[in-house]
Amino acid sequence: MAEPVKDWTKDYDIFAKSYITDPFPVWDELREKCPVSHTDRWGGSWMPTRYEDLFNIARDVEHFSSRNILVADVRPPEEGAHIGEEGVTQYNVGAPPITSDPPVHTWARKLLLPPFSVTSVAKWEPLTRELCASLVDGFLADGRADGASGYAQIIPSRVIASMLGIPPEMAGEFTEWVRGFLEFGATDPELRNESARKIFTYLYERIQEHQESPERYDDLISYLLGSTVEGEPVPVEHVLGTCFLILVAGIDTTWSSIGSALWHLAQHPEDRKRLIAEPELMPNAIEELLRAYSPVTMAREVASDVKYAGCPMREGDKVLMNFPAANRDPRVFDHPEQVILDREKNPHIAFGVGIHRCAGSNLARMEMRVALEEWLKRIPDFRLEHPDEVTWAGGQVRGPRKMMVVWPS
Amino acid sequence: MKVKVDSEKCQGHNRCYALAPGMFQVDEYGYATPQGDGKLTPDTLPLAQKAVANCPERAIEIDEDDD
Repeated sequence: MAEPVKDWTKDYDIFAKSYITDPFPVWDELREKCPVSHTDRWGGSWMPTRYEDLFNIARDVEHFSSRNILVADVRPPEEGAHIGEEGVTQYNVGAPPITSDPPVHTWARKLLLPPFSVTSVAKWEPLTRELCASLVDGFLADGRADGASGYAQIIPSRVIASMLGIPPEMAGEFTEWVRGFLEFGATDPELRNESARKIFTYLYERIQEHQESPERYDDLISYLLGSTVEGEPVPVEHVLGTCFLILVAGIDTTWSSIGSALWHLAQHPEDRKRLIAEPELMPNAIEELLRAYSPVTMAREVASDVKYAGCPMREGDKVLMNFPAANRDPRVFDHPEQVILDREKNPHIAFGVGIHRCAGSNLARMEMRVALEEWLKRIPDFRLEHPDEVTWAGGQVRGPRKMMVVWPS
Repeated sequence: MKVKVDSEKCQGHNRCYALAPGMFQVDEYGYATPQGDGKLTPDTLPLAQKAVANCPERAIEIDEDDD
């Protein structure tokens, strides 16, 4: 059991239960008292909480590398998955381009962006809508459901499986592996490595199938295998790492956003009514919910000694990219603690900022919008069954994990 | 008066594209450029201002001197 935190400005603990459940007062305190804080916990890290600092650090890729983006240190960074004669023999966090710096990042990102463009993502909207509708129809008559594990959690994993050309029955397994890697594995290196091994091994088998009979497939794996870099096919290790990224980054994150949005709406009838009366407000509302309940905290590694805001950061130090705290900085956002569905000025950085802007942001937005639309269409009036019993995950990705909601049936 | 996108700063968030329909176009990577010559009228200026206020990369500007 970790020691309870006495002074958050010197000893923050992003895995403390109180922080995971309610991080907002901590951010408010740190932002004013110690805007770039330090802790020795979890391998040690720096943590900026003001918008301007997050903006600057995210864009300074020369001093702040993405080679290790996990918020707790479990293993030194290595260069991605290694494929030997016996298959995948090294299971690490190499997941280009999120873990790449330029120059690899530049081509790796160009490879990944087109299948996640607004136009490409729109093709997945009908499938997403059908899925959301069938999920709600499945529990509508019960008058209660777990909005997290029974709804939000299922949507992104099924969509990602479809995009990768993997049977939807695998979605449940994916969710378990990804949680093992990102959520439970955040503080449990053995579980993390074991989960990574399962994901890499499974994906590598699918990649081999694609290599053996390419004519049978038309999905993201085929697209990656069929792409070239400097005239050569993209190395298979790279394809594997990118598939790993797509899977790991595309599940917990969006699921958390959908869950948090439902958590908010369950407690704010005025916002529900407004979204139903003014459906055209939805895209703006999604941005506002992303701002207020940003799920993702990333990390950077200091590439060479640098003094930032008076803090002596040494090569190898970890910096936690607290984008969620930045998005509640009153220096940038009026009444940041309030959800204002038609907020006019909202340059939120929930998807990061700079060259590592989330490649899946268009997909995440589409899934959130469709998930909320289909839910509200069928369940316009709902509330949390027991607000105190909602459980949250936090650390790297924050969102509700158990959230019983009820409605008049 | 024209709206401009700094291509060095734009990272393809697509916020301007969503907020100001018809004012910007995005390529397959999400990188935005103004539609046509980017010329603004008193009617379209507020939308351009909204795009400026919501761009996380601070990549959009309104050039009042460019006709």
